[in-house]
Amino acid sequence: MNLFSLVWNYLKARPLNTVLNIILLSLGIAVITILLIFNKQLEENITRNAKGIDLVVGAKGSPLQLILCNIFHMDFPTGNINLAEAEKIAKNRLVKKAIPLALGDSYQGFRIIGTTIDYPQLYEAEVREGGWYKEVMEVTIGANVAAQLQLRLNDEFTSTHGLSADGHSHDAMHFKVKGILQKSQSVIDNLIFTSVQSIWKVHEEHEEEEHGEEEKAHDYVAVTNSSLLVPGVEAGDTTKEITSMLIRYRSPMGAIQLPRFVNSQSTMQAASPAFETARLFSIMGVGLNILNGFAFVLIFISGLSIFIALYNSLKERRYDLAIMRSMGATKQKLFVSVILEGVLLTFFGALAGLILGHLVVTLLGNMLEETQKAGINGLVFYVDEWIILVGSLLLGLVSSVIPAFQAYRTDISKVLAGN
Amino acid sequence: MIRSASLSYQYPNGKQLRFPDVNLSAAEQCLLLGESGSGKTTFLHLLSGLLKSQQGAIHINGHEITKLKGSALDHFRGQHIGFIFQRNHLISALSVKNNLLMSPYLAGLPQRSERVDEVLRQLGIGDKKNSRIQELSQGQAQRVAIARAILNKPSIIFADEPTSALDDKNCELVIELLADISSQNKSALIIATHDQRLKSHIPKQITL
Repeated sequence: MNLFSLVWNYLKARPLNTVLNIILLSLGIAVITILLIFNKQLEENITRNAKGIDLVVGAKGSPLQLILCNIFHMDFPTGNINLAEAEKIAKNRLVKKAIPLALGDSYQGFRIIGTTIDYPQLYEAEVREGGWYKEVMEVTIGANVAAQLQLRLNDEFTSTHGLSADGHSHDAMHFKVKGILQKSQSVIDNLIFTSVQSIWKVHEEHEEEEHGEEEKAHDYVAVTNSSLLVPGVEAGDTTKEITSMLIRYRSPMGAIQLPRFVNSQSTMQAASPAFETARLFSIMGVGLNILNGFAFVLIFISGLSIFIALYNSLKERRYDLAIMRSMGATKQKLFVSVILEGVLLTFFGALAGLILGHLVVTLLGNMLEETQKAGINGLVFYVDEWIILVGSLLLGLVSSVIPAFQAYRTDISKVLAGN
Repeated sequence: MIRSASLSYQYPNGKQLRFPDVNLSAAEQCLLLGESGSGKTTFLHLLSGLLKSQQGAIHINGHEITKLKGSALDHFRGQHIGFIFQRNHLISALSVKNNLLMSPYLAGLPQRSERVDEVLRQLGIGDKKNSRIQELSQGQAQRVAIARAILNKPSIIFADEPTSALDDKNCELVIELLADISSQNKSALIIATHDQRLKSHIPKQITL
């Protein structure tokens, strides 16, 4: 016998009470754990995905939408901007690097992006198989795209308009897989990369279908002064459009002058990823705070429930306590035994809660495409979980201190004489 | 073994009780007789150090226990004294075996499983070792309580009304067991009781 097995047996002797207390606490802890995992991973993913991008320039509309669409690829484009106008901004001396993005099509829900290789290289993308796209209609695909769609090198596919799999399909044009990227744990895992020209070509075909033979396909042969943004296109071409442009500043001065410069142009707007994601978090923050508050209420109630359970059970155990004292137990030992009981309860509750939290996140990650694409993984553990565990043990301590003091003060003679 | 001199106790309500002197040697047995409310339990609690704030002196095994305080007194009690009460007060969350092992554990003595077997066999309940307390009859439970009291081979056993809840057959059994164990283990035995059935078993009697 020892104190631990004594306390363990007391807990086992009241299985319903014990299980109820553990469940109550574990629910609260699970909610906190889920919020912790989501918050941490969202933050990590957002910083990872927005790395190296200081400003997004696109068509006027919601700046948040611009960021969600062009950095996280979770929303629809705000519209198109003129390539020539974009070039003007790209030439600004405050711009270190400008990357064009042409969106609009997808394959089986994975977005096809017309851009230069600079874009995947922002995320230090490495080719696992094959190589980078070179010719028009060649693509290099992200790791998740390859894994989920079972695409191999030289496979061909046709794209659909929009982001959903049931959009209008561009059957005439076939994309060809030229390369597959290594997994990077960032947004590029879920993207299909091609040249801007490929996107244009697909949509020219699209327009031809609608307007007949009015417009002949443009030829890309006679280029004398190549565009700064899209190589192989004449600079200052006023007919071409792109969806947006990602910008990296040359100096911090850019952050002050460039957004104002862009926004003063009537057709375009500039949005800062840092500012917009902060705004997004503050919007979500309200909901998160309510959930968090709810979790703390649950935890408080479970503390109260543990207190009541111990308090009541000690009333039944007055004789046990007195007998133990008569057999040589010190007051301190009885005090510690009750504290141990409370702490053991919260320990199991916290453990169950942490496991439950990770389980729920893992299940969500496996079941919901959105969480998968946001890169949420339930099998990552954080240092903060130790804080949750230690906090729970403290809760056990606080809940059991009054009953423990009761046990400490047991008047042996009075209890034993009272039979 | 145990020796008390001019012991008295004042109740919180002011009533004062004076107790006769007790002097028992090892293996000696004695009945403490008296009506309910005559202070038998108080006397027993004083002698065993469960109750303090008395006047007078108590020596057990050569230790003056009125001078012991706090944990030292608890410790002394665990190692030298065994208790048996009217109701058995076993810990119902524990098995019979673990109830018995609480005794050496709380006294800070080594926990020996063979000793548990030995005592249970001695009391004729060897097959109840792994039973739950709720499964025992009242007579069996009282014997488990006796087993717990004597497991550490205490120098002195205090029994407070050990037989009053038992029928004649069990009463006979328990008093004989107690007397046997006391002489086998060389433990002094003091039984506080108003149970007239015991009078014929133990000749030495103190009446309050």
